[in-house]
Amino acid sequence: MDVNFTKKQLLFKEEVRNFLRSAIPKQLADKIEKNKPLNKNDMQNWHNILNDKGWLGSSWPKKYNGTGWDIVEQFIFEDELASANAPRIVPFGLKMLAPVLMKFGTQEQCRYWLPRILDGTDWWCQGYSEPGAGSDLASLKTSAVKDGDQYIVNGQKTWTTLAQYANMIFTLVRTSIEGKPQQGISFLMINMLSPGVEVRPIKTIDGGEEINEVWFTDVKVPAGNLVGEENKGWTYAKYLLSHERNNIATVGISKKKLEKLKEIARVETRNGEPLIADPLFAARLAKVEINLGNLETTNLRVLSEAEKGGDPGAESSMLKILGSEVCQELDHLLRRASARYGRIYRPEALEDGFNGQEIGPFFAQTASSIYFNNRKVSIYGGSNEIQKNIISKMIVGL
Amino acid sequence: MDFTHTEERRLLSNTIEKFIENDYPLQSRMVGASSDLGFSLESWQKLSDLGINYALFPKKVNGFGGEGFDIAVVFEALGKGLVVEPFLSTLIAGDILAETGEHQDIFENILSGTKRITFAHFEPQSGYENKIETSIISNRISGHKSMVQFANSVDYIIVSAKDGDQIKLFLVKASADGLKINDFQTIDGGRAADLILNGVIGTELDITAENAIEAAVGKGILALSAEALGIMEYIKHLTINYVQTRSQFGLQLGKFQALQHRIAQILLEIEQARSAVINACSALNQDKKTREKALSACKMTIGRVGQLVAEEAIQLHGGIGMTWEYELGHYAKRLVMIDHDLGDEDFHTKKYSKLL
Repeated sequence: MDVNFTKKQLLFKEEVRNFLRSAIPKQLADKIEKNKPLNKNDMQNWHNILNDKGWLGSSWPKKYNGTGWDIVEQFIFEDELASANAPRIVPFGLKMLAPVLMKFGTQEQCRYWLPRILDGTDWWCQGYSEPGAGSDLASLKTSAVKDGDQYIVNGQKTWTTLAQYANMIFTLVRTSIEGKPQQGISFLMINMLSPGVEVRPIKTIDGGEEINEVWFTDVKVPAGNLVGEENKGWTYAKYLLSHERNNIATVGISKKKLEKLKEIARVETRNGEPLIADPLFAARLAKVEINLGNLETTNLRVLSEAEKGGDPGAESSMLKILGSEVCQELDHLLRRASARYGRIYRPEALEDGFNGQEIGPFFAQTASSIYFNNRKVSIYGGSNEIQKNIISKMIVGL
Repeated sequence: MDFTHTEERRLLSNTIEKFIENDYPLQSRMVGASSDLGFSLESWQKLSDLGINYALFPKKVNGFGGEGFDIAVVFEALGKGLVVEPFLSTLIAGDILAETGEHQDIFENILSGTKRITFAHFEPQSGYENKIETSIISNRISGHKSMVQFANSVDYIIVSAKDGDQIKLFLVKASADGLKINDFQTIDGGRAADLILNGVIGTELDITAENAIEAAVGKGILALSAEALGIMEYIKHLTINYVQTRSQFGLQLGKFQALQHRIAQILLEIEQARSAVINACSALNQDKKTREKALSACKMTIGRVGQLVAEEAIQLHGGIGMTWEYELGHYAKRLVMIDHDLGDEDFHTKKYSKLL
């Protein structure tokens, strides 16, 4: 048993760190450091930098111009990205669609769509949830009816993150009502610029506009945009979830958040003493740090199993629950550290080029917004309750 | 033993709830809350006309209430409607002004709602403590006060300042020279401001500042806690209603035992919170230690339960609980932010532990 990285892995970590040190534009790192929101330009700019280095396809094999990194190297890469205050890689095309195309798509589909993800020609979003199909995703109703060499799509998707930036959406659609609901679902790629597609923003609890409703009215989709076989879409979506193990717990991001939080707790004072000397706050910090330390090893154990080629079971569900709990606790503590200034709400002060009066400490400007916004992480991608159902079924056989 | 409110208090509570039901829909609350003023002047006046301010203050200053249970009844009703109008700052600052036994002309206007007043005490470095640095030099006040409620729209501000080692209280006009009001929105609706005081002149209040501040803040804690209770009752109603309406996997959410147990936990925690508020109300006129213990016990309980109820209600709702359009989120934000005012869960746990 050895919990440490190998010499080769440590060298890799060093290489990534050295590159990132010089590669991240200062303006972007500043935004991340101050927890300010990123716009599309920021994200695209960062993708381009990584793509020029050949590292954008960090989870892709070499034959599709990916890095060919193994799963532990991918984990290290994500860890270093967070540690360096780099923007997150937008996952929809790179990490959600691409693995499905590589596994179930045709050669032709891979040749056409994958390079467009890397070079930014296409911005993807994910169309799974519907108003009536949240936790019970398989009850989705958006229909795709075959009509010659095309599908006609009607229905509505919701909670679609960054749909306002996307020109493409990959969807789960109903192509059959025979058998179990899972058996009539297909995986279809749809051009968002097609007639009949409408995007309506959904304002979230924190006032942000990051998620959307996407409506389809008689949208014509080429039959060639079907991935894999008709009525097998559920299997493909499940494949994606169970193989998402290297970053679902967002250990790297949480480690960085914890580091920042501890730094703030050393600088912020309460009654003349640093916040970190407050025994109650320190105990809260200690608990979350302990949980995170345990989680990192849990995650690495899962990756180590995966490296040996073990079939994934409920590990990604476990990682998702544990990761969301740590993330939400860290956000809670940053909010708590903001004390009376935690109520501040000045979205205008977060905009590029704001030069008005500064009020309260920098982290308090967004602490509560982030806390409220990240209540989503135990809801999206299969709520924690659904993940617990998966664990009980797969491990305990209940 | 009798845990029912008096006839008069029940009547007042019903009157406020009826007003909210008929004249204070959430949409108009949101318009007021995000306006430049941070609330609706029209709603403020209508609510004042119901006699709310009179209920918050005792007979000796021409009110008709001022007891712990009066404050709790009013603020629980306001909480249920997520009322954003500045009754809390009126209560805290008004309590100090009432304590002086002077300035009755101003006080009459505060009772009727034609003038407003707020309290500027805490500072950027003070956190939830009384450690202030704002000071008096040659009868002029200089310093920095933080998160002063609705300072942008009041007529008067009660400002604390140190004269040497002694804390004093001053009545300051909001239009006073040397007073800069840096006003901003708060995430729970309404507005607050940081005040920069640079040689401001005020009228010194003839009272013992520490005692007056402690008493007023105590009433503020009670008001906030009762407001939180009203919010939690409303969130409970929303959540139960939701799990009875929403179906997934062909079943009402409320039929899933895993969810039933979580709702049960919320219900019993809210009952504990209600008891904490009742304890604080009845301790308000008792000796200092009994009173301060009960207030800290109350605010600590509210902080802990409030966070739990807000988070669980959002989780039980799923995505819809994350939206701006649905009312839950606004209630949840105010509920959680109540823990950021007049001492959070940790602050009051520590304060209580020193009084064991």
